[in-house]
Amino acid sequence: MQKEKINLISKFKNANKNFKSNCITYGIILAAFLLIQILVSAGAVSNLIKGLLVPLCTYAILAVSLNLTVGILGELSLGHAGFMCVGAFAGAFFSKCMVGAIPSAIIRFPLAILIGAVCAGFFGFLIGIPVLRLKGDYLAIVTLAFGEIVKNIINCLYVGRDSKGFHFSMEDTASLGLEEGGEVIIKGAQGITGTPNDSTFTIGIVLLLITLFIVLNLIHSRDGRAIMAIRDNTIAAESVGIHITKYKLMAFSISAALAGVAGVLYAHNLSTLTALPKNFGYNQSIMILVFVVLGGIGNIRGSVISAVILTLLPELLRGLKDYRMLIYAVILIAMMLFNWSPKCRELREKYSFKQLLAKRKNKKEAA
Amino acid sequence: MSFIQYLINGISLGSVYALIALGYTMVYGIAKMLNFAHGDVIMVGAFTVYTLCSTLGLPPAVGILVAVVLCTCLGISIEKVAYKPLRKAASPLAVLITAIGVSYLLQNAVLLIFGADTKAFTSVVPIEPIKLADGQISISGETLVTVLVCLVIMVSLILFINKSKVGQAMLAVSEDKGAAQLMGINVNSTIAITFAIGSALAAVAGVLYCSAYPSLTPYTGSMPGIKAFVAAVFGGIGSIPGAFIGGILLGIIETFGKAYISSQLSDAIVFGVLIVVLLVKPSGLLGKNIQEKV
Repeated sequence: MQKEKINLISKFKNANKNFKSNCITYGIILAAFLLIQILVSAGAVSNLIKGLLVPLCTYAILAVSLNLTVGILGELSLGHAGFMCVGAFAGAFFSKCMVGAIPSAIIRFPLAILIGAVCAGFFGFLIGIPVLRLKGDYLAIVTLAFGEIVKNIINCLYVGRDSKGFHFSMEDTASLGLEEGGEVIIKGAQGITGTPNDSTFTIGIVLLLITLFIVLNLIHSRDGRAIMAIRDNTIAAESVGIHITKYKLMAFSISAALAGVAGVLYAHNLSTLTALPKNFGYNQSIMILVFVVLGGIGNIRGSVISAVILTLLPELLRGLKDYRMLIYAVILIAMMLFNWSPKCRELREKYSFKQLLAKRKNKKEAA
Repeated sequence: MSFIQYLINGISLGSVYALIALGYTMVYGIAKMLNFAHGDVIMVGAFTVYTLCSTLGLPPAVGILVAVVLCTCLGISIEKVAYKPLRKAASPLAVLITAIGVSYLLQNAVLLIFGADTKAFTSVVPIEPIKLADGQISISGETLVTVLVCLVIMVSLILFINKSKVGQAMLAVSEDKGAAQLMGINVNSTIAITFAIGSALAAVAGVLYCSAYPSLTPYTGSMPGIKAFVAAVFGGIGSIPGAFIGGILLGIIETFGKAYISSQLSDAIVFGVLIVVLLVKPSGLLGKNIQEKV
């Protein structure tokens, strides 16, 4: 037993840096989960915070998945909320239809998540084919356009069900032509009401861990290295035989599918799901981007942490609520200037902690 | 008759897009960056005129003048503080994300100052609508003024860029910053002037937009801003006549979409146009095709 333990420790010590870093990430999340569970069972958590637990997981998943596009693939997507919207509606639609057929939430909810992920991933793939031929600014605008189109279409989509099957319409409930006893499932701008509340904090954490597992493993795999090579220099990557479109699409679709997962989680936490600008609009996409930027572009663990901090802070400091968006904007600008401006980088290198330590060491040696 | 009326409404909307797109295309063509905050500078311009004319009761000419000066200063300072330090950044995403941040900052600063409720903007155009064909077709004074202003600005911009020394410097900077600097062009001030002109145009666009569509909120600028970018891409980004044609066409497409297809889907149609244009002719109607060099 003792020997095994030592073996494990030495194994961990010898393991590569990536593996260690991944373990730390998972560890932080598990520790946070346990801590919160203990606090909840001790009754030390207010209702406000309890209500925030599932959204926290949702935002963390969204931030991690957007970081895959922005940080690893190096393309700016402003339509992340659009993919979330697709996932949310697909998942909620499935759950609402299947409430009668599959009463057990343990079977139904994973299926809903799977369907949400597949739908969002499929849309990511579809949008990705034309869009990923574009670069930088164009890609950002087209993804933004896509997010708005999705929201727009869902807001005038009507779906009903009767004994003959499903009916679709883009006008109103009357034009669905339902038989008596038929049920309208998606009511245009009123969205889906009565989705079963299947989301729990535990499921959210499990999904977050799965998301992290997928993204971290992707990054450290052969495919992930290919994706990062494309980010760093597309032409060089192409010249060593990396299939640009394939890898770009792969990263983009996975990112979209994970956003879909977050959407399903989000949808099953609400009793009424509507596609408002507030929850699936451009602003939501920007908010996720703020999480990614604050956490560090390309840093997966940072995304989780910043999503948690930026969701909790405005709720905890009530006085800040009016200023929330303003603070987000300032964070966005300040972080970009601090991290990316060449002058700032020079200054940071000059006065970095390591440099200061080295200087002190040199002085001591000289003395 | 209704077809012609829709066409006129489309041109009316399109001329506003064209006016905004001129500023967009100017900045994009020369500084090679997408200024997300352009739409919000429009909103700031409109709020300035609203405060001066509707609240304080000053004459519109004073309001417009102050708005233009204020927006010009705003544009220059945004460029100095937020964009200039990132011009040489390693990642092209950096400046784009900062631009989004600036756009957000302007929106929320105005939101805190003026509140979220919709303000009724009084039109600055004192011209009565023209009625044709027994009053079945009417052309509003705002439409006439916007189209006229748009044409004047377009022609003067073309003349300015092609004939004046500063304009030539702008062209040189847009082609190659390093080479332009070696030829003795002050790149920083040239880009600052570009932003100044773009923002001044934004102020004019804001006033005319709110005169035609008189509800003003802190978010007024963002949607027309994005649509104007679509117009600029449609016409060929960087091309000044292209921005005008793209804007007018987009306005007509949006109005017809609203009238004949679905009023709720009009935004989706506009963005659909963008995706189709980028797929079929990414350089736009009048844009130049630039080959990628290694």
